[in-house]
Amino acid sequence: MHAPQRSAGAAIEIRKASKRYGAFTALNDIDLHIRPGEFMTLLGPSGSGKTTTLNLIAGFTDISSGTLEIGGKSVTGLPSHKRNIGVVFQHYALFPHMTVGKNVAYPLALRGIKGDDREKRVKRALDMVKMADFAHRYPNELSGGQQQRVALARALVFDPPLLLMDEPLGALDKKLREWLQLEIKRIHRELGTTFVYVTHDQEEALVLSDRIAVFNGGRIEQIGTGRELYDSPATLFVGRFIGESTVLRGSAEVSGDETVMTIGEQKVVANRRLAGDARPVILLRPERVALKRPGADVVPGENRLTGTIAEAIYLGSGSKYEVRLADGTVAVVRSPLGAADFGIGDTVDIAFLPSDLILLPDDASADVTLT
Amino acid sequence: MTATHDEGLRVAAVRSAFLSRFRPRGAVWLAAPAVLVLLVVLAYPLGIVVWRSFTDPTVGVDNYVWFFQSAVNRTVLQRTFVVAAWVTLVSLICAYPYAYAMTIVGKNVRLALILCVLVPFWLSGVVRTLAWVILLQDSGVINSILRGLGLSPVKLIRTLPGVVIGMTQVLLPFMILPIYSVMKGIDTRLLQAARSLGAKPWKAFLQIYVPLSLPGVYAGAIIVFILSLGFYITPALLGGPRSILLSSLVQNQVLSLLNWGRGGAMGVVLLVATFVLLALAAPLMRQKHASSRREA
Repeated sequence: MHAPQRSAGAAIEIRKASKRYGAFTALNDIDLHIRPGEFMTLLGPSGSGKTTTLNLIAGFTDISSGTLEIGGKSVTGLPSHKRNIGVVFQHYALFPHMTVGKNVAYPLALRGIKGDDREKRVKRALDMVKMADFAHRYPNELSGGQQQRVALARALVFDPPLLLMDEPLGALDKKLREWLQLEIKRIHRELGTTFVYVTHDQEEALVLSDRIAVFNGGRIEQIGTGRELYDSPATLFVGRFIGESTVLRGSAEVSGDETVMTIGEQKVVANRRLAGDARPVILLRPERVALKRPGADVVPGENRLTGTIAEAIYLGSGSKYEVRLADGTVAVVRSPLGAADFGIGDTVDIAFLPSDLILLPDDASADVTLT
Repeated sequence: MTATHDEGLRVAAVRSAFLSRFRPRGAVWLAAPAVLVLLVVLAYPLGIVVWRSFTDPTVGVDNYVWFFQSAVNRTVLQRTFVVAAWVTLVSLICAYPYAYAMTIVGKNVRLALILCVLVPFWLSGVVRTLAWVILLQDSGVINSILRGLGLSPVKLIRTLPGVVIGMTQVLLPFMILPIYSVMKGIDTRLLQAARSLGAKPWKAFLQIYVPLSLPGVYAGAIIVFILSLGFYITPALLGGPRSILLSSLVQNQVLSLLNWGRGGAMGVVLLVATFVLLALAAPLMRQKHASSRREA
């Protein structure tokens, strides 16, 4: 009898891994350590190397240089059918000539698991994704969300220590996506399997992940929890990719431990300085900025920049404003419920404390990649 | 939960409602010209043939009684089906790997492979069959090569194997094209999925790819089998007295003996046999899953 599974997840250790296709480098010297049982999301724009990394782990493609260990063992040269890894694809990849039950039983049949044991495990896997009533249906009789739940059951029914998911919710609408995110999270919690999840949707990454690896141009820019990436991004790319942000650029001077940036005719003070001599930029999070009437409610030490409201959006939980500053930069501001209301065309100050701004080295590629 | 429970059904319902709302009335008239042509050139003469088989020279089933009482007729009928089965089998063995190759090669090679199928298709059957006469005859190319290699010549012309070879070549495109058209719609990422679930590459091919290609195999096999049953020129030119097929017997009755009744009866027997076969094959072709095509 097979005991209710709570398998130990496998650790993944990728060192100095590169993947080249001819002259094109899809993955450039990445290091990635994933802990047993962790939910790790590989996040990045298309072509950033996140799917290539997933394919390397799955064994769909070979590593060009570097090492890859799963569960402490090198898997270099091991074909995908011997890796015992569950994979969920964006395109579901259910076998159209088999019923839901047969699809889920397929990996068990390949492993020689027969009879009662097989049936029990199929049922348990379908119960887990709440699809047990659909065992006799064919995939084309199911909606996208249902198909993906079956695919999830099929990828987990053989208790793999590692589950890979390649944009599994990419083809679904928003409501369904949000519901399935919570389902995936619940299943991860129940099983203790290591999950590696690829997405380009940063909100999804924040909802699901223990940690997130942000990919850009074949490299990993930063690995950390959602909070770390949001509050202290290591690069401008990460700061802009995770969450909403406003980037302020101006001529900067360093005096002591402070950086003073001149934007238009106003000055902004940051209470720290960058190591090295990179050109600094300031990144603002929308909810760390307050809107105030010009000259009103002055808090000692705060930075203020004057602009006009270009867009005002009521969101229910608060309001979102776009403020055009004197130098043309559009700043995004989120005001909580109950804050003063402003209308389009109003002249306002955006106000923020030196400790609430994020100071980063400028990186022109961060802009190019996002547009 | 319940919100997503009936999702699939709802999707299907919406789809069919959409189709019925936007299906223009009277669309069936678009088929009118073809129906007219078929009525004039097919249904009418066929009706005459059936009519005469029951009335010429006397009213009744005499022509059918004659057909089934004659040992020669029964042998030839059986031989016709056996030859058709062989042609279908040999075509399938040749066509399946060929069609598969067409789906995995590069664009230019694929074009060349398609041309190889189609160019002979554009030549008349008579010309191709005469080419086979040259190749297969006792003093022909194949036997010359065999003799050159010091091997004993093989009797091919005027034998059943010779007929099967010639018919297979002529009918091969009818097998390759339906199989290819189904194969090129198969999502090969399913094989990758199967491998990730633990299937060795050959197992993934046999358990996933082959079943999904079967609709093309059935379509090709039925077309080739039915065309083989009524094939005339190739078996007539390549075959001998011991490899006569039903079509030659019909020709003999109608054109040489001017016995339209008996010839018609033979035709009707062949037609009915074909229908029975189609009816038997129909359940095989009914698919529970709508498509294996990629959607993402």
